[in-house]
Amino acid sequence: MLYFSDLLQYSDVFLRGLQTTVELTVLTTILGVALGTVCATVRQYGNRASQRVVSVYVELIRNTPFIVQLFFIFFGLPAIGMMLSPWEASMIALTINLGAYSTEIIRAGLASISKGQIEAAKVLGLNFRQTLTRVIFIPAFEKIYPALTSQCIIVMLGSAVISQISVQDLTYAANLVQSRNFRAFESYLVTALLYLGLSILLRFAFNALGKRLFAYRTSN
Amino acid sequence: MIEFSNYDILRNLLFATQWTILLSLAAFIGGTTVALALTAMRLTRNPAMQRIVRVYVELFQGTPLLMQMFLCFFGLSMLGYEISAWGAAILSLTFFTSAFLVEIWRGCIDTLPKGQWEASRCLGLSFLQTLRHIILPQAIRVATAPTVGFSVQVIKGTALASVIGFVELTKVGTMLNNATFEPFKVFTLVALIYFLLCYPLSLYSKHLEKKFHVSR
Repeated sequence: MLYFSDLLQYSDVFLRGLQTTVELTVLTTILGVALGTVCATVRQYGNRASQRVVSVYVELIRNTPFIVQLFFIFFGLPAIGMMLSPWEASMIALTINLGAYSTEIIRAGLASISKGQIEAAKVLGLNFRQTLTRVIFIPAFEKIYPALTSQCIIVMLGSAVISQISVQDLTYAANLVQSRNFRAFESYLVTALLYLGLSILLRFAFNALGKRLFAYRTSN
Repeated sequence: MIEFSNYDILRNLLFATQWTILLSLAAFIGGTTVALALTAMRLTRNPAMQRIVRVYVELFQGTPLLMQMFLCFFGLSMLGYEISAWGAAILSLTFFTSAFLVEIWRGCIDTLPKGQWEASRCLGLSFLQTLRHIILPQAIRVATAPTVGFSVQVIKGTALASVIGFVELTKVGTMLNNATFEPFKVFTLVALIYFLLCYPLSLYSKHLEKKFHVSR
């Protein structure tokens, strides 16, 4: 038999976990996309050495599990003198992870901008920074926006793992509740549904944001 | 306390790697099988079937893999279905893999021009004949690269099985870390082994993608 009513008294535990997950998601989305934008720009327009550095970073992160990256940062870095709290370690690991994936995605967007457009900007007397911000970034981001936001949601779901280094996120709340009332199935089911709700909500939010961001382009 | 030499650490990790590989293979085989069935359901153009597939994808793409594993492992045994860590890991990875593969494959089938279905009907081919002679040969060519690419996600996904106590590469890594107090060394090696498993697949997927684009 399922007893969901046993979970009601723990609603504040779930809410606090949800809050931590949301906070980390928002923070790492901003930082990760920023990191990805910088890396993608370097990867596309930088010199050969810096291109190589970025691609080593991207390949290393994309070909190892997030949980190992997290353990490496949380357990491994203190061994060489970098102490981090679980929260800091999670934030860094999530940012580095999203940064690598978004580098690949954003670079695809940059590569899709035709050469002629960049040359035209140069002819008009725009310098490199102006060309980037006014001519390249906006259409590039518009093109890859759906892929980028999906990746952000995937990283949010992947953040469930940070409970393993005892960050008190939503999954931590689920573990805590089920260890108190032994209602494992109900507790994990409710948590899974909370994650599902969160990912649907995020998708709506990203879509709305996208409409705003790229509104002037679709209106004409 | 037992002393672990570097050789011992590496040997134990390499021994554990075989479980990661086995679990990945099992999950990939399970995932492709279920994804094939789901793709077939989608292609029937029956609204009810299509809705089932959509809900399935939404459910397993919209929730964390870790939560699916917990539900399969702790949840099912609470409900009276005893399941091993093996079983729970394979079950949840199969859900995860199939939910993503069916979406990837849908994209591949959708890239084929709609006119081909119509042309086949004009030629008098049945639905199954169209699938077998027209659609599948092309779709498989398009789908190979992203499917190989996705197998990397499956291998990485198996790392989460360590959390429910399945002793594979990551789990042995944490165990060695507890025994040796050398996290930097241990987790560097763990990451390196995963990289050596995954990177060739990534490269192969990229190669296939290029090959396909050139021939088109």
